[in-house]
Amino acid sequence: MEVDSSQGRMAVYMRDHQEKVVGRWVELVTAGVRGRISAVEVRRAVEDLYSLVIRVMSGADEQALGELRAALAELSRSRARNGFTPTETALGVFALKDAVYELFADAADVVPEFLGFSRLIDDLGLHTFETYAVAREQIIAGQAMTMMELSTPVVRLWQGIIAVPLVGTLDSARTQLVMEKLLETLVATGADHAVLDITGVPTVDTEVAQHLLKTVNAARLLGADCTICGIRPQVAQTIVSLGIEFGDIATKATLADALAHALGRAGLKVGPA
Amino acid sequence: MERVPIIKIGRTLFVSIQIDLQDESVLRLQDDLADELAKTGASGVIIDITAVEIVDSFIGRMLTMIGSISRLFDAETVIVGMRPAVAITLTELGLSLRGVRTALNADKGLEMLNGRA
Repeated sequence: MEVDSSQGRMAVYMRDHQEKVVGRWVELVTAGVRGRISAVEVRRAVEDLYSLVIRVMSGADEQALGELRAALAELSRSRARNGFTPTETALGVFALKDAVYELFADAADVVPEFLGFSRLIDDLGLHTFETYAVAREQIIAGQAMTMMELSTPVVRLWQGIIAVPLVGTLDSARTQLVMEKLLETLVATGADHAVLDITGVPTVDTEVAQHLLKTVNAARLLGADCTICGIRPQVAQTIVSLGIEFGDIATKATLADALAHALGRAGLKVGPA
Repeated sequence: MERVPIIKIGRTLFVSIQIDLQDESVLRLQDDLADELAKTGASGVIIDITAVEIVDSFIGRMLTMIGSISRLFDAETVIVGMRPAVAITLTELGLSLRGVRTALNADKGLEMLNGRA
């Protein structure tokens, strides 16, 4: 963005009326954030931005624009993290335009200057918006990652018996992760029986069943027996009406039944002490 | 061409694959194994693939074929030491190695064969 000389006058004007404009800007921003940030904090941020804007407008300082953009980026990132909407974030910048416009409303001779200033603010507003979107995407990606890690634990039920409680829908990415973790645990613990608990899987369609079968097959290649358990009545009905065949894979109603089955396969028996 | 050694331990033939399998050495292994089975009358074959990092459909088929050949000599085949990545690849290829048994390691494979005897 080029800074033309007419903006120099604007910068002088803005510097002269700093108190008034900043006051009005703080007022507008504070109204916009509805009490989630204190007026003192808003004033501190706004004053920093305002002096940067003046430096940009005066055109003397080449680094000012970069600094201003960096300051705005930091501000919109923190807004994104604190759950402000994109509109609220961008309005914080556009409010400056309103504040200055109110000041200049009766001075008709500064129209060209005001247009240049307006363009600068629009550009900064867009920049804020973009940074906000990037920050939000990072947050979402991080959360997806956390959820993925949270939802794929492998637990040891007994010597040689491990269980995978599956929670949530099984898509191919999840299946891959579950499979890798299950197989790694099989190798690490030397377990020869795995129980897949699908109590937390809301629906089982052909795709989910396919993924389950894949996981069982992979575990079998490592020499481990697999049992699927936690099939709820509705899920059982869906499986049957879709014609899904689990073949020779043992299926049990509950995790307890599956554990008893696995213990039986290992030649152990649970009885009264 | 590299050859895969076949070691006889009791009534079991032990094959540990430590080389990158080429088609030729695979065919040679099948020949050698059939000869050895006929000669010794072994009742079990253990194929250790701990060192195998890459598999394709050809190797998958070879393992199934070795299983079928052994069965003709009334010997059971156990594949041991498969790496997780290899298991995932075979599953993705749709090969479930029917006709051969699998065990986590050679120890468990031997146990499996002895349990049968």
